[in-house]
Amino acid sequence: MNMFNAILTIAFRDIIKLLRDRTRIFGSLIFPIIFIGVLGTSLQQNLGENLGYNFLTFVFIGVLGQTLFQSTASGLISLVEDRQNDFAQEMFIAPISRYAILLGKILGESLVSLVQLFGVIVFAFLMGIPLDIPSLLRLIPCVFAICFFGGAFGVMVMANLSDQKAASQIFPFILFPQFFLAGVFNPIINLPLPILIASRLAPMTYAVDLLRSVYYWGKPEYSKVVLFNPLLNFGVVLGFGVLFLVIGTVIFVRNEKNR
Amino acid sequence: MRAELGLIVSMSNSNIIEVSNLVKRYKKAEKNSVDNLSFYVEEGSFFSFLGPNGAGKTTTISILTTILSATSGSVKIAGFDINQEAEKVRQNIGVIFQNPSLDLNLTAEENIRFHASLYNLYSFSPSYRLMPPAYKNKVAELAGVLGLEKELNKPVKTLSGGMKRKLEIIRSLMHQPRVLFLDEPTTGLDPISRQSLWLYLRDIRQKKGITIFLTTHYLEEAEGSDFLCVIDSGKVVAKGSPAEIKKSLIKRYITLDAQDRTQLKKELAHQSLSVSGKGPFKVNLDGSTGQEIIQSLKTPLSYLDIHNPTLEDAYVEIVGTTHEHV
Repeated sequence: MNMFNAILTIAFRDIIKLLRDRTRIFGSLIFPIIFIGVLGTSLQQNLGENLGYNFLTFVFIGVLGQTLFQSTASGLISLVEDRQNDFAQEMFIAPISRYAILLGKILGESLVSLVQLFGVIVFAFLMGIPLDIPSLLRLIPCVFAICFFGGAFGVMVMANLSDQKAASQIFPFILFPQFFLAGVFNPIINLPLPILIASRLAPMTYAVDLLRSVYYWGKPEYSKVVLFNPLLNFGVVLGFGVLFLVIGTVIFVRNEKNR
Repeated sequence: MRAELGLIVSMSNSNIIEVSNLVKRYKKAEKNSVDNLSFYVEEGSFFSFLGPNGAGKTTTISILTTILSATSGSVKIAGFDINQEAEKVRQNIGVIFQNPSLDLNLTAEENIRFHASLYNLYSFSPSYRLMPPAYKNKVAELAGVLGLEKELNKPVKTLSGGMKRKLEIIRSLMHQPRVLFLDEPTTGLDPISRQSLWLYLRDIRQKKGITIFLTTHYLEEAEGSDFLCVIDSGKVVAKGSPAEIKKSLIKRYITLDAQDRTQLKKELAHQSLSVSGKGPFKVNLDGSTGQEIIQSLKTPLSYLDIHNPTLEDAYVEIVGTTHEHV
């Protein structure tokens, strides 16, 4: 009960922060809109005909996975910010488990990325991207799993960064290549060996493929756009999510106390 | 003298803080920041921790409040070991950090509510209206004591430094801690805010019987404490009540002068007193009182000053020997 209350409190603080920061809400919608609106449409117009599946739908599902993973992961950057502003001390002297603090942050940032997700979906409908609603609804449990996965990945990366400057400089290098390795807007079924290895090592690959494998399940395009079985993707997302969270928390707590 | 004072270690049941042989060496550091520190704090007392910058005050307070781990030694707070029972220690302490640890995006009341929920005092609710009456009464009571009723619904960003400190105090008292740690709480405050903050703290201490553990640069703030501990380079260099420290360390003296300085000097020399200066003369009291010395003198005096040592004099004497302040 104690832990649940603490998690909720910490999560709610993130939501309040989002709602009071209009620029952040606006900024968080810009990238998905550019990816789908500009990149997606131009590729669809020029290359789409030969693919045998709708490229915009492919990019849209990819962007959903990428947005959730990236937004939750980079939302954890506020952990470094808190530490910098000394607000973290308030949480760290509270009589609660360190896992409660980090789970609260992940939940809060997941809710923040769901707000963003809603914006992306509205945009997709406005653009008239062909979407199958029952298949979209099937994605709901996967959405939560991906938020958790992204958050846990964020915790692991953040735990190793000492200040906000380092975080804002290093984080894009860790995230940006994953957009391409995970095939958010590029098919990655056939790849040269070194890229193939990097692609399979990138956590975002499994987040994106989980959504595609569930969305395209039973559809004729399935084999052309999906890498792995949905269950395998789900297992990787949850399993590695827990692993990242445990490793991240242990490192985070150790770095906090053993200075 | 210093070694003797450093050895005063006593353990009793009424001690709320017991620190023995505490050592902290930061990673890659060549020296210990806290070097074999031992002291105790009695429950309900006002304890001050003094020392120059870099003496190890904040390091010690960070260890005592469980946010930094020690290299060796043991610390018990309210009977709980800081390593084995950290959560119980946290339940019993309130901390005002050197840098305000408030969330600037929230209002004053939201900061308090956030704290109350983290400490599981009340179930979390996204709105003040939905919070139970017990919470509202408690906030109103503490805000009343600290004079912050009007600012409760304002964003923390808009509050002055003094108000932020008061808000932190309200927040830290919500869970009724037995010890309140204050790490240089008045740094950056103007004299009026500083004075009013102390009035409120004194009031709260009387009403709630809380032990106060203070680190400060301002010696007049420590003057009112029951017990103080001076540290330098991570070691205890003096401890005792402010009066004891002043008595044991300060050379008490009187300054005298007369028209006939030769006669006065002769008289003073005759009484085998330690005298310095060519006039006015500085006469060390060495156990006797100023009254006794003056009574024994026949030479008419033209000047008399009895030096009344302050804690600052004692502090400068203790710490000044190892630091060359420019």
